[in-house]
Amino acid sequence: MGTAVTHVPPAPPAVDPAAPGTAAGGGSATPSGGARRGRAHRENLAGYLFMSPWIAGFVLLTAGPMIASLYFAFTDYNLFDAPRWIGLRNFTEMFADPRWRTSVEVTSWYVIVGTPLKLAAALGVALLLNQKRAGQGFYRAAFYAPSLIGASVSIAIVWRAIFSDGAVVDRAQQVFGLDAGGWIGDPDRIVYSLVALTVWQFGAPMVIFLAGLKQVPRELYEAAEMDGAGTWRRFWYITLPMISPVLFFNVLLETIHSFQIFGSAYILGGQGNSCGPADATLVYTCYLYIQGFENSRMGFASAMAWMLLLAVGLVTAVLFWSQRRWVHYEEASR
Amino acid sequence: MTLTSTSRRTRTGSGRARTGSIAWHLGALAVLAVVLYPVVWVIGGSLKPNDEIVGSLRLLPTDPILENYRRLADGIADIPVSTFFSNSLLLSLGSVAGVVLSCSLAAYAFARIGFAGRGILFSVMIGTLLLPYHVLLIPQYVLFQKLELVNTYTPLLLGKYLATDAFFVFLMMQFMRNLPKELDEAARLDGCGHLRIYWSIVLPLCRPALITSAIFTFINAWNDFMGPLIYLNEPEKYTVSLGLKMFVDQDGLANYGGMIAMSLVALLPVLLFFLAFQRYLIDGMATSGLKG
Repeated sequence: MGTAVTHVPPAPPAVDPAAPGTAAGGGSATPSGGARRGRAHRENLAGYLFMSPWIAGFVLLTAGPMIASLYFAFTDYNLFDAPRWIGLRNFTEMFADPRWRTSVEVTSWYVIVGTPLKLAAALGVALLLNQKRAGQGFYRAAFYAPSLIGASVSIAIVWRAIFSDGAVVDRAQQVFGLDAGGWIGDPDRIVYSLVALTVWQFGAPMVIFLAGLKQVPRELYEAAEMDGAGTWRRFWYITLPMISPVLFFNVLLETIHSFQIFGSAYILGGQGNSCGPADATLVYTCYLYIQGFENSRMGFASAMAWMLLLAVGLVTAVLFWSQRRWVHYEEASR
Repeated sequence: MTLTSTSRRTRTGSGRARTGSIAWHLGALAVLAVVLYPVVWVIGGSLKPNDEIVGSLRLLPTDPILENYRRLADGIADIPVSTFFSNSLLLSLGSVAGVVLSCSLAAYAFARIGFAGRGILFSVMIGTLLLPYHVLLIPQYVLFQKLELVNTYTPLLLGKYLATDAFFVFLMMQFMRNLPKELDEAARLDGCGHLRIYWSIVLPLCRPALITSAIFTFINAWNDFMGPLIYLNEPEKYTVSLGLKMFVDQDGLANYGGMIAMSLVALLPVLLFFLAFQRYLIDGMATSGLKG
């Protein structure tokens, strides 16, 4: 659930939401109408019994809370006194709040820079691994491992160490004549190490890219090669269109995921520097946490949450709208 | 190159193939070095004295020590480290049981029962997949606070028993859809109801999907930071993640070695699971949707 979660590589598309499974025995209807109605009744009963945990969870933990949160967004609520209706004040205050703006900037920067870099790394390494060579399986497994541990507190601690003054990244910079110190203590650059952390977890989208690459028919490449197409042209005109559904899926999931980063950004600054130094890693959810749980401003935090939902919804809608222009589905061309 | 082979053509051909192979392995090894560096670093660091961790660039210690691990035995803020581990283990295993049970029930209904409203409920479930968890953070906290369940494990576990992890419902459903339907029909003729078919036929056949979901659930619960941070107040109830965070806040640099050692120990269960089940995780996840 949510951000604290290890990145689970999502199943690639090819989902048909209209047909979630096929009705068990729905076709073998009994001749008598009464018996059929009895049968349908039993199927409904069984269906809702099996669904009851999910339905309870949806009402209690998703739908109910969403409605409550929408109400809180227009109130002043500190958890102990009753919520007080204040109209749009949370929102006007939010837009005028410099820290809120900082959090929007940090998050946008992180999403806009981090996600493409991560996907580029994932695709690049997937192309490298998409060759039959000894050790291919080993590399794939090893490259995937960071996706499972990357969001943990342990790795945030390790990250802090290797990006601090005098550690490996700092020394590597010095080799290139950049004597600028580590990235952790520097409010201008600590966010780079956060981006590096997300790129390090390229393995999950890589696995999905690899699955997509395996589906590209060999004959296409052979035909293109005969026509004298070079590596770059084959990539641009065959590989990319053929894996575009998988690419779309990765872009969508990784973008939504990036918006929700919390743990690493919260911890990276270290002792007494949550989401810092100087708010340098104050991502959106960090500020939401601070307002909601440190300042007990449940109303303001709820308003923030709805802005996040709006932003994620908008990005999702734009991506879905754009896919007509660049995503090539097999079914559509048939 | 001292090739004594026959024609010129095969020689250059195999020479090029070999150069290609070397280039490929060099590329893969370069990526591997970047990917593994932090992991090797934490192993090496846990065996170094404090001053060497911060001051030295060497990955492995000049003179490995176990002092850091010994110091772990003193615990953090008077709480034995084993407490955090048993708390995390309890939460993770509790989550696994809940997800496997509740998600497979919902998945069975979606895949195998033709009930009215199934299409709508399915769309709703897919919608919850894309919903940012943070929208629910505040109201769920308010709910559990009113129910006086803050500082218990209930808020962290309840959702797992109510199938809120839509992704696993989806994963199991995809798997169940691909099971031959003749099995159900035969069982039905023998007089089996849905519960029997679910429990005795479908669940055992779904083992790969159940195992994949179980492992991911365990790892997610083990790594979870935000949930425990919000809901747990007493250090005795802290999970490993929160224990580590407490380490960062209290000891800072003074006990750097201990902190690194605990970081590694905290990663171990996840890494071991990965080593044992990596094919399950990677193959299962990569292909489950493509076939759907």
